[in-house]
Amino acid sequence: MRFMILVKANKQSEAGEMPSQELLQAMTAYNEQLVKAGVLLAADGLHPSSKGARVRFSGDKRTVIDGPFGETKELVAGFWIIQVKSREEAIEWVKRVPNPGQVGESEIEIRQIFEASDFQNLTPDLEKRLDNMKTQVERQRP
Amino acid sequence: MNETQRAIDAIWRIESARVIAVLARMVRDVGLAEELAQDALVTALETWPRDGVPKNAGAWLMTAAKRRAIDHLRRGKMLERKHDEIAHEPPAVPREIEDVLDDDVGDDLLRLVFTACHPVLSLEARVALTLRLLGGLTTTEIARAFLTSEPTISQRIVRAKRTLAEAGVPFEVPHGDDRAARLSSVLAVIYLVFNEGYSATAGDDWMRPALCEDALRLGRMLAGLEPDEPEVHGLVALMEIQASRTRARTGPDGAPILLADQNRGQWDHLLIARGLAALERALALGGDEGPYTLQAAIAACHARARSADETDWARIVELYGVLAQVTPSPIIELNRAVAIAMAQGPAAGLALVDTLRDEPVLAGYYLLPGVRGDLLVKLGRLAEARVEFERAAQLTKNERERKLLLDRAAACL
Repeated sequence: MRFMILVKANKQSEAGEMPSQELLQAMTAYNEQLVKAGVLLAADGLHPSSKGARVRFSGDKRTVIDGPFGETKELVAGFWIIQVKSREEAIEWVKRVPNPGQVGESEIEIRQIFEASDFQNLTPDLEKRLDNMKTQVERQRP
Repeated sequence: MNETQRAIDAIWRIESARVIAVLARMVRDVGLAEELAQDALVTALETWPRDGVPKNAGAWLMTAAKRRAIDHLRRGKMLERKHDEIAHEPPAVPREIEDVLDDDVGDDLLRLVFTACHPVLSLEARVALTLRLLGGLTTTEIARAFLTSEPTISQRIVRAKRTLAEAGVPFEVPHGDDRAARLSSVLAVIYLVFNEGYSATAGDDWMRPALCEDALRLGRMLAGLEPDEPEVHGLVALMEIQASRTRARTGPDGAPILLADQNRGQWDHLLIARGLAALERALALGGDEGPYTLQAAIAACHARARSADETDWARIVELYGVLAQVTPSPIIELNRAVAIAMAQGPAAGLALVDTLRDEPVLAGYYLLPGVRGDLLVKLGRLAEARVEFERAAQLTKNERERKLLLDRAAACL
């Protein structure tokens, strides 16, 4: 099973400050552990929300809101995608992450990614439509 | 199972291979190493629910296990000396044991991989031992995954450990002439585990498809341990790309969907990207004639095509040509015939298939008449096609496949 590990933003990440050399080194060492164990599928850091945008939906109306966004603790600053045997294994890996807030407080969220077998309850019709949509999205890729 | 036990389970899954590998180096016996590591796990199971899970649980487990190995070595030393007074002296840790403690775990893991896949063992014993020692799977899990009983797997593992000990298999990474053959044994074991999972069907226990993930994990781990071996990356590339099709390869009713008919939007593009990257590494290391790398390159041709029509069949024909030279096999020839039919038309494909009709290896293989029937349909020779589909239906062991083939035979009227 796969999990997305979401690192929450903090003041530094939202200010666009690069992590300290020390933290970068610790994170690199941690990522190497994930790779060596064969569990890491993907990982990336995100620019601060000031470079992002939100699209708000209201009925058929769409409103674009430019960043930054206020609620720092609710924002995502980076992620890992890992493939492990159980939720507990995901938790165990996350406990080993160097504190992204260094000496301060920070929070990392663990969310399970849907697998093929989770979709077995879809009606064939709905599944077909979802598939068609995905195919079109793929076709439009450069 | 309560929360602490589940946490211990997870920690074991992460740490067991490393712990067993380090211990095997110390005591020079894989079976004993696993027993000692299990002892340490039992201690954890006894103390952690009471005292809480230690902050650095992995290091705790490793230390506890090493302590057991040192105790074991000390007992051995004392028995050797047989002097009464020595029993009263505080036992000293032999120097070589201290040295072992600081060594790189990566080397030990690699030794463990090669030992578990040693050719002195039967293929099924290599598989069971690898999943147990390196995949961290329990005997129950392995038995469920391979649709066999727990005592069977348990026996297989016990016997495998005994065989290794009796044959005096050294705990080392092979060098020299032996190395290539030993590495290909390791890769074959991992790919067998993958295929076992890949062949699982809808009604199966989830432990079976999970074997694909176990194999991928082992393969990715091995790529970290042997970063300069092109075929390791080739195998990882092949598995990542094949696994990317998991969702698309069966219909809602569990019936298999052929590659050409699969909805490519359902392919997992993260795995495809990983597969293509691994393939590039394999090629950059000069692996362009390795069997796994070649198969991965073929899989990549499909993965890169946005629709079945856009598939680069000419390139696939070329790759099968090289593959057939490197590892000659009638099954590869049959695949090459299919690719030729796609690239140059059904008549060209059929010409090659017809040269394979007397191959003893393909005598009972349902895909030979299956492919032949398919090409005959494309050439409008329906009566002949029908006979081929009926024969293919007789030969297949898969019920769903049989139905599909009989339907095709019926359509040839």
